[in-house]
Amino acid sequence: MHDLHLVDDLLADDLPKEVMKAGYGRGLVEAGRRNNNVVAVSSDVVSSTGTNAFSEAFPERFIEIGIAEQNLVTVGSGLAAMGKIPFVAAYAAFSPGRNWEQIKTTICINDRPVKLISTHVGISDSPDGATHQMLEDIPMMRTLSNMVVIAPCDSIEAYKATILMAETNKPAYMRIARDDTTIFTTDDTPFEIGKAYVYWQGSDITIIGTGRMTYYCLLAAGELAKHGIKAEVIHCPTIKPLDSQTILDSVRKTRLVITAEEGQVAGGLGGAVAELLSEELPTKMKRIGVEDRFGESGSPAELFDLFKLTPANIVATAKELLNSAS
Amino acid sequence: MNERQLDHEEMLLKADDIRQDIIRMLLAAGSGHSAGSLDLADIFTALYFNILKHDPKNPDWPDRDILLLSNGHCAPVLYATMAEAGYFGKSELLTLRKFGSRLQGHPERLKLPGLENTSGPLGSGISQACGMALALRMDNINHRWIYVITGDGELNEGNVWEGIMLAAKYKLSNIIAIVDRNNIQIDGPTETVMPLEDLRAKWESFGWHVLEINGNEISEVIEATNLAKTIENKPVVIIAHTIPGKGVDFMEYDYKWHGVPPNAEQAKLALKELRTLKGKIESEAD
Repeated sequence: MHDLHLVDDLLADDLPKEVMKAGYGRGLVEAGRRNNNVVAVSSDVVSSTGTNAFSEAFPERFIEIGIAEQNLVTVGSGLAAMGKIPFVAAYAAFSPGRNWEQIKTTICINDRPVKLISTHVGISDSPDGATHQMLEDIPMMRTLSNMVVIAPCDSIEAYKATILMAETNKPAYMRIARDDTTIFTTDDTPFEIGKAYVYWQGSDITIIGTGRMTYYCLLAAGELAKHGIKAEVIHCPTIKPLDSQTILDSVRKTRLVITAEEGQVAGGLGGAVAELLSEELPTKMKRIGVEDRFGESGSPAELFDLFKLTPANIVATAKELLNSAS
Repeated sequence: MNERQLDHEEMLLKADDIRQDIIRMLLAAGSGHSAGSLDLADIFTALYFNILKHDPKNPDWPDRDILLLSNGHCAPVLYATMAEAGYFGKSELLTLRKFGSRLQGHPERLKLPGLENTSGPLGSGISQACGMALALRMDNINHRWIYVITGDGELNEGNVWEGIMLAAKYKLSNIIAIVDRNNIQIDGPTETVMPLEDLRAKWESFGWHVLEINGNEISEVIEATNLAKTIENKPVVIIAHTIPGKGVDFMEYDYKWHGVPPNAEQAKLALKELRTLKGKIESEAD
């Protein structure tokens, strides 16, 4: 596992934390340095999306369009038509929450390489309540043809994803959390769009995480190891296109699967994996995520407990699956 | 670059040819939008045969002007004009809306060279024009114009006004919007479905320079765009008053022709009217 260059002790309780948007901001500045055509558009959320790093570095390549998410992505389409590489940022609840049709028509069908950055995903915008908590964006975006869907696990991966998004000539969507998330990858950890990575090797059960939930999957794997259960954890930062090969290779070995994501399980990562396995390798599985309800106000910890998006629940679910299989 | 601009008389005949193309296309397709396509024929003739800097043989020419059709349901007039201008052969027009055709029911950029955008869902054209104009400004390119055609019913869409505000904020004076003010939409007159007036005052209060013309007079379209190019520090909208279904008596002014094609008998009548310019000239054949 040395080639993964994760932090030395994944289970240490003093790992640093950082908001993912900081990684996005640094990545955007670096992408802007590498290519003069990288531009950024904000819908009155320049600081809260981390776009301010770019707007301060390259004010002449920054556009503020006000609170208008339909305009946000459509202006992006126009910029891309003239050779720009636009990063358009907003809260996920509003983009793609409010502008899905414009994304489909003017970006996907029209094949314009707009980069959609959506923050405050899942329940991470916890105090703001159900209206601001975006649980449905993965299914919304992964059903769009010609769209890439990325959910990085920490700010370092968000940095790498931002730079790679700028280098591909296709539309792409990246969802990032609002609050501090644990940094457990390093600058040297590999990241490619479309690739999933085995972060923890095992043979009893496959646990597939995306976004920050991958860290909780790793904590769960550590706990399971104490009970003699060898879990294999796959980090799946690209939900579309799904790295079918890496998932199938693991599941052929374990024949039991758990998915974990910060969002609706219907149509999300869990849905994508279920679609793959039901066709290629029918396997008993459990999907951990939000199950057909809206969020509510609270602290992130309270809401992660409420929705059972916790290492403890991953552990319990794994044991349950293993028991039912034996 | 345009091989040769047409003179006024030639453009009148070209607009009539385009209208006949539209009738034949809609008849062959068996569905589609008659009224707006017909009423835009004069504006499209003026654009493609006088105003636009473009090259049908080199659709990606980097110095070309941009034409965005925001109300994509008027695709028939766009396709017919492009064919008349030499982008592709006229025989292809009869494939409109058919399986395998490059002429999709609503314009799809990737299908046909010369299309600048994919449209159909209403209200996106002005925002796309804003993005294009902002990109040109960043690159210090001042010699290209962005024309965006919108319907009037389309102005019901909130997205349009988001774009209108942005164009004014950034003083995108290389955008020239043309509103097809034909006063109809699917369900009836625009002022019944969702009143737009005072339309001029609305655009002016949003920071645009407004010109109003008879959109069925080719010379007025040309004069207005020439004037629009002299306006500095503001985007310009040309409110083009048109007669829906223009050129075919039984279609004119009737909102019911917004979204339906003629049947065979109606098409025959329409073509006769158009061939004779409503009886002004002898028809050589039925």
